[in-house]
Amino acid sequence: MLRVQDLATAYGPVRALDGVDLAAEAGVITAVLGANGAGKTTLLRTVSGLAAPNAGTVTFDGEDITGWAPDRIVRRGLAHVPENGGVITELTVADNLRLGGLWRARADRERTRREVLELFPPLAERLDRQAGTLSGGERQMLAIGRALMSGPRAVILDEPSLGLAPMVTARILRVLRELALTVLLVEQNARGALSVATHGYVLSLGRVVADAPAADLLDNDRLRHAYLGF
Amino acid sequence: MPDFLTLTLGGLTNGAIYAALGLALVIIYRATRVVNFAQPALALLCAYLAYSVNRATGGYWLGLLVALVAGGVLGALTERVLMRPLRRSGELAPVIATLGLLMLLQAVSGMIWSAEPKSFPYAFDFRGAFSPAAVFVVVVVLVTAGAVLALFGATTLGLRMRAAAFKPEVASLVGVKVGLMLTIGWTLAAVVGALAGVLAAPPFLSPTVLDAVFVYALTAAVLGGLENPVGTIIGGFGLGVVLSYVSGYVGPELVTLASLAILVLVLTFRPHGLFGRGVARRV
Repeated sequence: MLRVQDLATAYGPVRALDGVDLAAEAGVITAVLGANGAGKTTLLRTVSGLAAPNAGTVTFDGEDITGWAPDRIVRRGLAHVPENGGVITELTVADNLRLGGLWRARADRERTRREVLELFPPLAERLDRQAGTLSGGERQMLAIGRALMSGPRAVILDEPSLGLAPMVTARILRVLRELALTVLLVEQNARGALSVATHGYVLSLGRVVADAPAADLLDNDRLRHAYLGF
Repeated sequence: MPDFLTLTLGGLTNGAIYAALGLALVIIYRATRVVNFAQPALALLCAYLAYSVNRATGGYWLGLLVALVAGGVLGALTERVLMRPLRRSGELAPVIATLGLLMLLQAVSGMIWSAEPKSFPYAFDFRGAFSPAAVFVVVVVLVTAGAVLALFGATTLGLRMRAAAFKPEVASLVGVKVGLMLTIGWTLAAVVGALAGVLAAPPFLSPTVLDAVFVYALTAAVLGGLENPVGTIIGGFGLGVVLSYVSGYVGPELVTLASLAILVLVLTFRPHGLFGRGVARRV
């Protein structure tokens, strides 16, 4: 579905990604874990076209999308919810949602919009509010909802639980699992991510140091202590 | 003693032009955080093109049309050729580049059309306190401002432009072609600027005719908080009227000074504009 091969991305002399191989299988959640600075955000930025890789390939549904512009990648069905959601605080909730998937047919957009508002009822009550007035959890819902508006087949998410109460995190992760999309989930909250994921990778200093089913990662004490901090 | 009504109406006419040129500045500032100091020179070049078309064909409207089209082309070219390569060069480089463009275009205009003032026609009869020509200026500017506001507020193109301005990276992630939005923004602004240039030109066009108008337009934009089209329109009309009173009751030689005084006062006491909210600005 989504496959990353031998991916390397550098910021100047700093190698943020150093030959990363991973795959996100269709219809399930794949977690990417690791400490701050492990390269998780860079991985997602490279996949979605925000950062240019120095080497390696990104393939999505069998198509090589390496180096494509972000707007082209999202139109092809791969949506990126950036760190902190990337909600545009100056716009209303309704306008933020409207921005997602503007290239799609009106009927499709309307249908998705109804689905998103059913999925996240707090958004339906706040459509006319400035997005800047939302709580952290509501912002994350809005960001995910906006990504869903593009009708994606795969979603990549950068720490959706950051700064959120555990209850809210659990709710968002549950929604993600129920959608049965292909999800690549980057998290520092390893326990929460592994509880919904089928497969997990652990990144450290830009390399994959573990690649195993989520249940195995949860059971592996050595790995948990060394990289996941719980 | 000059007639209060005459001064007010005259001020509104001038203010409409400040508002239009100010609006051009605001459109670009909102999209790119750049104050386009080349705006008066772009407008000047368009006005000169209108003049040449006028001379060749005798038609005011064809000249206006040519000026607007030329404005759009120049705006798009400026963004693509000059501004885009500087996108990652910090905040100052693009501003300096617009200053360079200002000098270049003014010099080129002088080389082509000479520094000698050329007589430039009004659209309609300009005699009387509130002449058809004056009404035309005010109405055209109000309609243009309304159209720009409707574009930003009520269309998906406007929504995409705003998103690209507020958060370019996020906008690209939701499928907005950010570069295209910037080009459209510069095109739109330069068209509005060209309109202001043609409206400001009569009765005489010379390479420096827009310099003072630009100072007033910048003041109007600052009054509006640089990001607020409505505030800029109100600021432009208000400034036009105030400066008209200064000219009529105090003396015409003090108009530019009064405008600068207003600019300094606003920047000192209300740096986010008379209508702006208290958001800290980086400039």
